[in-house]
Amino acid sequence: MTLDLVIFIISALTAIFGALMMIFQRNPVASVMYMILSLVSQAVLYMQLGALFIGAVLIIVYAGAILVLFLFVIMMLNLRQTEDMDSDSTPISKLAKFLVSGLLFLEMLFVVRGSYFQSSVETGLLSPQIDDFGSVESVAELLFTTYLYPFELTSILLLTAIVGAVVIARKPSNEDPVEILPFDSDDDEFKSAKAAE
Amino acid sequence: MIDISTAVIDFGLIAPEISLVAAAFIILIIGYTKRLGKFCALTALLGIFVSFYYTLIQYGNPGSGFSGMVTSDDFGVVFRMIFLVTALLTILIAQNYLSLKRLNKPEFYALICFSTMGMMVMANSTDLVVMFLGLEIMSVPLYVMAGFARRNLASNESGIKYFIMGAFASAFLLMGIAFIFGASGTTDLKRIIADLSYLSEFSHFYFYSGIAMILIGFGFKVGVVPFHSWVPDVYQGAPTPITAFFSVGPKAAGFAVLLRVFSFGFAEVEILEPTFWVLAVVTMTVGNVLALRQNNIKRMLAYSSIAHAGYILIALTAGGIEGVSSAVFYLIAYALFNFGAFTVIIMMESRSGGTTEFSELKGLLKVHPYLTSILALFMFALAGFPPTVGFIGKFYIFSAALKNGFIWLTLIGVMNSFISVYYYLRVIKVSCFEDSDSEFAPMSMTPALMFVLFITILGTLGLGIFPDQILEFSKTALFAFL
Repeated sequence: MTLDLVIFIISALTAIFGALMMIFQRNPVASVMYMILSLVSQAVLYMQLGALFIGAVLIIVYAGAILVLFLFVIMMLNLRQTEDMDSDSTPISKLAKFLVSGLLFLEMLFVVRGSYFQSSVETGLLSPQIDDFGSVESVAELLFTTYLYPFELTSILLLTAIVGAVVIARKPSNEDPVEILPFDSDDDEFKSAKAAE
Repeated sequence: MIDISTAVIDFGLIAPEISLVAAAFIILIIGYTKRLGKFCALTALLGIFVSFYYTLIQYGNPGSGFSGMVTSDDFGVVFRMIFLVTALLTILIAQNYLSLKRLNKPEFYALICFSTMGMMVMANSTDLVVMFLGLEIMSVPLYVMAGFARRNLASNESGIKYFIMGAFASAFLLMGIAFIFGASGTTDLKRIIADLSYLSEFSHFYFYSGIAMILIGFGFKVGVVPFHSWVPDVYQGAPTPITAFFSVGPKAAGFAVLLRVFSFGFAEVEILEPTFWVLAVVTMTVGNVLALRQNNIKRMLAYSSIAHAGYILIALTAGGIEGVSSAVFYLIAYALFNFGAFTVIIMMESRSGGTTEFSELKGLLKVHPYLTSILALFMFALAGFPPTVGFIGKFYIFSAALKNGFIWLTLIGVMNSFISVYYYLRVIKVSCFEDSDSEFAPMSMTPALMFVLFITILGTLGLGIFPDQILEFSKTALFAFL
């Protein structure tokens, strides 16, 4: 048993354990914590496969940014304990849950089958990858040569999104007009609302 | 170490975009300083002029760069000019309106610059990834600007609606790009077209699904029926100068991409012709028929913009050099008279509480005879009467369709033009022949608004009487392109 295998077994089991605990926890904060655990151990798996970049992105973006955002939302909404999830689910929504998770399972089965038995699927995206695929160097080289222009455009896109968010969300100053103008449309909904007043 | 000096950066190719972004940066920096804060609009105008200068330099010497993702052909130059003129006119008509409504924030000008830059990226890209990024850079400021009047419920509704529908459309577009990438292994338009005949059966399915999804995505953006449901609410709720920008800029950008991808790229895909035929007929008819029932001018113009998208789709269906050049000509014409109509509305709206109902127009002739005749001119142009450019534009579109044998499509288009006369002339009827029971407040007429009116009238009449110059211009542009 090599060290590689030991690390793989440990991190794979941790990933599954984290994912399961995430579902079974009733406390949303603990749920998020278990999800971070699961993601970090998945990142180890990616790194073992040589996909350093994906592993790093998984930690930085998912565990670092998105889940912290989750925590913020949970704290802002002040969700201490979740309500009983099953109480208000209709048979249709239950069916939809099973349907969606079943479809996701089938899809993953297809992908795994396709990459494991390569001859069973046509070549294309699932064809074998080049050697240094997913290393930081190869990604960086592509980003700064072939995809330089889209890369820079993305930064401008993010900047516009930030400026836009500030414009929309900034606290109104005293100079802003105070009155809230109603819709000036003639739709029935508005008329009935006005009549009710 | 990797050698990244091999990346060729051709600044001349993207100089128009760079100057707009630079202007936006400067605006964001100086916007809230005490001394320079009032120069925001001026900076934006300066950026637009510099960008226009660099665009003019590109005219006649097409090039491409950034690993074949960007091109500066004359087709792109023509569209860049449309976008820049749109941005210029928007800033001119917005200034007075924004300060009257106390919305005069520096970010507005920066967002206009960013949005225009996104349109230019879209029109000049030959790569689906860059095209998507351009679309997003164009759209994100538009969502914000639709909801710019934060204390106005209608504006909030407009922003939220546009954002949700726009995000939905972007998801479709992205999925379509992913499908095409899956089928052909590249996002470069030229290579996709080159490999089109080598696609396997299996890839064909994904390729056609991808094309359909891209069409849906851009259909949302340009307001093609059945993806038009957001248009009226968004146009009505947004502040009027921004509505004017919406109805011209993004529409032209969407059609630039549709023309590039579908008329030039996938012209051999046979199923596209009947698809565009159906879309054109449905879009024209639904837009025109629903416009008949509107009592709000902005809402009426929203439906009319849907109908005009339908006319341009006729040109897309016809295809070929006549089709594409008539579409480009119509977009230029539409930009002019539509902006003119919105300018008159802004003049009337900024004096009153901000309603744009038809009844507000009552008795306009007696108080403002000149303004009424200007409004009438733009309505005639929208309806397509000679000697305005609206007539010439429609004439070229219909003749392009006839030349390519689309007789029924032309007939339906002409019938739709007749329907549209009713609601455009209703504006004139209300303002000339109905008496008002309330007094007219003074109009707001600033030099900037007068200047915009002057330009749009000049364009509407001048191009209507002497269209050859611009038509030649758009045709030579396309010879290089096709």
